[in-house]
Amino acid sequence: MNTLSGKVAIVGLGATEFSKNSGRTEIRLATEAVLAALSDAGIEPGEVDGLCTYAVDNNPEREVFRQIGGKELKFFARTPEGGGAACAPFLHGMMAIASGVANVVVVYRAMNERSWYRFGAGMQGKAPDPFFETTNFGYYIPHGLVSPASWVAMSAQRYMHEYGATSEDFGRVAVAARDFAATNPAAFFYGKPITLEEHQASRWIAEPLHLLDCCQESDGAVAMVLVSREYAKKLKQTPVFLKAAAQGTYEDQQMMTSYYRKSISGLPEAGLVARQLWQMSGLTPKDIQTAVIYDHFTPFVLEQLEEYGFAGRGEAKYFVREGRHARGGDLPINTHGGQLGEAYIHGMNGVAEGVRQVRGSAVNQVAGVKNVLVTAGTGVPTSGLIVGLD
Amino acid sequence: MSELQSNWLDEAKALIGHEYGKVYAWDAVNQPMIRQWCEALGVDNPLYLDGETAQQRFGAHVAPPTMLQAWVLAGIKGLYPPGSATDNPYEVLQLIERHGYASVVAVNSEQEYFRYLKEGDRLSFTSMIESVSEEKTTGLGTGFFVTQLLSFYDQHDAKVGQMRFRLFKFRPASAKPAAEKPSRPMPGISDDNRFFWDGLKARKLLIQRCTACGTLRNPPGPACPACHSLLSDSIEASGRGRIYSYTVVHYPTLPGVPAANPVGLIELEEGVRLVAGLVGVAADAVRIGSEVSLEFLECANELTLPVFRPLGGAA
Repeated sequence: MNTLSGKVAIVGLGATEFSKNSGRTEIRLATEAVLAALSDAGIEPGEVDGLCTYAVDNNPEREVFRQIGGKELKFFARTPEGGGAACAPFLHGMMAIASGVANVVVVYRAMNERSWYRFGAGMQGKAPDPFFETTNFGYYIPHGLVSPASWVAMSAQRYMHEYGATSEDFGRVAVAARDFAATNPAAFFYGKPITLEEHQASRWIAEPLHLLDCCQESDGAVAMVLVSREYAKKLKQTPVFLKAAAQGTYEDQQMMTSYYRKSISGLPEAGLVARQLWQMSGLTPKDIQTAVIYDHFTPFVLEQLEEYGFAGRGEAKYFVREGRHARGGDLPINTHGGQLGEAYIHGMNGVAEGVRQVRGSAVNQVAGVKNVLVTAGTGVPTSGLIVGLD
Repeated sequence: MSELQSNWLDEAKALIGHEYGKVYAWDAVNQPMIRQWCEALGVDNPLYLDGETAQQRFGAHVAPPTMLQAWVLAGIKGLYPPGSATDNPYEVLQLIERHGYASVVAVNSEQEYFRYLKEGDRLSFTSMIESVSEEKTTGLGTGFFVTQLLSFYDQHDAKVGQMRFRLFKFRPASAKPAAEKPSRPMPGISDDNRFFWDGLKARKLLIQRCTACGTLRNPPGPACPACHSLLSDSIEASGRGRIYSYTVVHYPTLPGVPAANPVGLIELEEGVRLVAGLVGVAADAVRIGSEVSLEFLECANELTLPVFRPLGGAA
């Protein structure tokens, strides 16, 4: 077990409502969520000395700090790779607090990605400059592969070919997520479950992905407060300990187009994160009662179940056919409804669900939760964490 | 010149010499319009402006000769005063246009003046087509030079001036080929991958090769991940390969891209993969393992993309 495990706890959780049009600015959403998280923790904003978020958030750390009336900010770090980085700020916060660099670190995510722009539209209308990212997109965009859905579809097709997973298997992930969302009043799709038939009948986005294989675009914000184990014990909330957190980028990695590896039917960067998490925490998949598996696109949920060791290689199709991931299963995943059902806050709402499950305050509470695995966006450099009781 | 063209061109040339008009001026030559015209064009010659110089020489205000056509222009509604002829002096241009020469550009205009126009003169004009050239090709395109001669008269039907106005009625040089080429987004091009895109322009699919260890790599990059050498050249791909994976993109729809767009991840027989569109195959007939053969898709903006055609028979 790594010395970092359990040294830091999440002690405050704040969020705005999730919608398709927040009606207010992103910086206001960020400020509202950060203040709510601090209030939940019972910590004064003046105590905050660390702020962390990740790429594709338009709210500068300095301005969030200014809005909350912060005094001295000593630690701020922003991780690249969008949703792939969802758990990385927690790793960075752990390291900062455990090493004494900071005492109170707030992690935040705030976006109007539906009302202000269309996050899922991908790379359209970009000037053909010589920057690396642009030259790399040049191998896909002129052929019409412009969106994250299309990039993932190419990998998913090969996964189906090699392991016999079907579109219905992907649909089973979506149906289970929408079932949980249907009973979560905070979810955008509250009261709106779907059937497998509806999944199959939904229009194609990029074959083999149907519309209902793709997460939403959402407006909203989530924030959490991290402090040391010692400080956590003096605060009002049940401390939710960070048992482990890790990042991973693997050989021949691209941003959703890692098509040149020997095999493209796995997510080795997620496997790398998994190995670190199990090693750092001293836990195994059997010690996890519920998980939040990043569900931007359903096929990668199956592949993550394999990479994190809940199913053998190519066998996640059986896992979902048996309903083990759904309500009542032995590893219910995405009990908030996931990004397919609750909201797409780039994984930060998933970490929030992990915190609620450990606290015992989730709307779809799983019995006897001790440890929750939370993963981040895959197909890109990724991250993950395990939260739990002492 | 085809027989077909000679028929309608004869019809056009038959209109040469036909007189159209007469068309009258809305207003008599007058000092307020002279003053405004001079102000707009920056003319400060006292002959047109102070009243006295012209009075002494001509006994009246006179207009700048280059205002000749200004007096007989149609108003903003495109109408001429009552009593003007309503025949169509541009029927020859319409005839040419009907045969595929939709664009027009004014080439030049020459005016001749026979006397100064004085305040109170009331002008009218007639026009005729003076010539229609043989088919010519210029930098703009292919078409016909048409020269129109306008004759200007005063209230006593005395000719006061004339103007030759020459037009080029043409089919733009690039219009037809450009319409056939799909417009696709341009890739980012840098010193590391320029050879790849230049190769495609020359209808060659090039694969980068490390000159130190010989390892092939795609997409291009500055260093060899196998041996770290920064030196490389390229080999030309045979163009044969198999579909390693694929997707059919339906959304978002993009200009110049098929509505159900099959795109393959192609494993070339040289061992590297690349993403490319699939052609000559129905979206629901694409199969992993199918043998494919390279073709080139020439797009607008001098962009050439590799595309692959399945040869049938999945592995």
